[in-house]
Amino acid sequence: MGKETVIPFGPQHPVLPEPIHLDLVLEDETVVEAIPSIGYIHRGLEKLVEKKDFQQYTYVAERICGICSFMHGMGYCMSVESIMGVQIPERAEFLRTIWAELSRLHSHMLWLGLLADALGFESLFMHSWRLREQILDIFEETTSGRVIFSVCDIGGVRKDIDSETLKKINSILDGFEQEVSEITKVFLNDSSVILRTQGLGVLSQQAAFDLGAVGPMARASGIDIDMRKSGYAAYGRLKMEPILETAGDCYARTSVRIKEVFQSLDLIRQCIALIPEGEIKVKVMGNPKGEYFTRLEQPRGEVLYYVKANGTKFLDRVRVRTPTFANIPALLETLKGCQLADVPVLILTIDPCISCTER
Amino acid sequence: MNFSKKSPWILHYDGSSCNGCDIEVLACLTPLYDVERFGVINTGNPKHADILLITGSINEQNKSVVKQLYEQMANPKVVVAVGICAATGGIFSECYNVLGGVDRIIPVDVYVPGCAARPEAIIDGVVKALGILEERQKFARKKA
Amino acid sequence: MAQQTINTISANELLAYALRLKNTNHRMVAISCTTVENGIEMSYSFDGGNDFINLRFIAGPEDEIESISSIYPYSFLYENEIKELFGVNITGITPDYKDKLYKISVKTPFNMKEGDK
Repeated sequence: MGKETVIPFGPQHPVLPEPIHLDLVLEDETVVEAIPSIGYIHRGLEKLVEKKDFQQYTYVAERICGICSFMHGMGYCMSVESIMGVQIPERAEFLRTIWAELSRLHSHMLWLGLLADALGFESLFMHSWRLREQILDIFEETTSGRVIFSVCDIGGVRKDIDSETLKKINSILDGFEQEVSEITKVFLNDSSVILRTQGLGVLSQQAAFDLGAVGPMARASGIDIDMRKSGYAAYGRLKMEPILETAGDCYARTSVRIKEVFQSLDLIRQCIALIPEGEIKVKVMGNPKGEYFTRLEQPRGEVLYYVKANGTKFLDRVRVRTPTFANIPALLETLKGCQLADVPVLILTIDPCISCTER
Repeated sequence: MNFSKKSPWILHYDGSSCNGCDIEVLACLTPLYDVERFGVINTGNPKHADILLITGSINEQNKSVVKQLYEQMANPKVVVAVGICAATGGIFSECYNVLGGVDRIIPVDVYVPGCAARPEAIIDGVVKALGILEERQKFARKKA
Repeated sequence: MAQQTINTISANELLAYALRLKNTNHRMVAISCTTVENGIEMSYSFDGGNDFINLRFIAGPEDEIESISSIYPYSFLYENEIKELFGVNITGITPDYKDKLYKISVKTPFNMKEGDK
């Protein structure tokens, strides 16, 4: 048995765009324990509710994270709408769903690129990000933002997408699908990718449940949770089934996300086919009073928003529990027993979003 | 020969940004904008870097990290603050754990505006930084 | 959307309630805190598929709250966070990071403990 060594991982690490710090306790090359410490990006933005009123806070909510920015704004707006009893127009629900699914597409493509980069597969990284730009172009055309859109507002959405543009989105997605299936074939069939991911970081179904995993991490271990099934926004009117895998290793997590790329494409097409005409926003009067828990499915898994309002312009409390936070216990568990050289890939397969987690 | 004039190596550090600017910094390197065709490389090693790109604001926690990264870089060096958070703290400037812009800790040469900063603006900022880098290099040569 | 219920309980009933929820296969979703006048309002949220149950009580600055990490192992992360950021005295967390999870050098404004961190 070798001597125990502690290796600090992060905060500035080439494989991670964001600072996270882990103390890895090693025995020779094998990880025995991982101790997290977070706080490099902690801003305390939940406390900002005291300085920004509930309308302005939408902008803060969107900046919890720049990757799932739209969903953060949407989750916050849904919470406030639920407290105030506002029913937003159906067209707005569909528009929100379209943007949310486009966000999932861009997030998964981004993640696939980062995974390829962590594997040292540079050209695959570049291809993933090249395709991602097509989705960003749709964002830019419909919202005029590339990463932060500010189109979601309490009571609906700020911008409409006309039918001409919807048709155009459809044709962009057709081309995108063709190209993306080329590169996902590489992810799923290339022997070097398989060697690096298969059998690595196995999380059994029982362990995933016991450790409270969410999102693709849980679904890759065969747990059937997907908040979209609860039917918020327009999801209740769309046909979808959660994508499950059973192996629970890094390969299964990659495969779940890849299938979700195609699922999102399908959902957007369904939305475009079903979207009704009508208003996109209702007027919201007064201040909220009460409390509400909203849960929705982000690219990384289930997210929870808790909003408590006291009837004034300023809210009492906004709390966000992000999917990465829920997945950390499972990550720490899968790290145990793996080789030091596999740590970056393993950390990436939970798709960490530290900015969300630390708020 | 002056390599850094055309092909600077970049070190990127995420202060406490929301990721919005970070993914745009990365987007600059990928095929649509592709600054790598000019030899601009995103390096993980501060000793290799000419330009320090910082996104996000400064807090008590990352103060020493940012300072250390800056000090580890070899002269001449240029600092580019990307996004409004790196400039002033932006929307988060009132947060209790946020001290403010990057210039509270280290000298900043170029400020790139935007929330999130667009890739075109980031590239523009880096090009501006190149001019400053060249000036500094001349100055360092004269002194030597 | 699943029905949301909020059960107000007293702090010492927490473990019994948590155990009952665990036995009915409820998944813990989150532990949330809100600063109120006489302490911190704790909400433990559980998801059972068709229902969404919140256990709610108020923890005063002097109260000792027992950890539910023996029942829901992954609660340790939430409990460590709450202990560090809000100053709620939670005992028996496994593993207890002893104020080392969050690297923040300033005291959080919602921490109800006196003095510096």
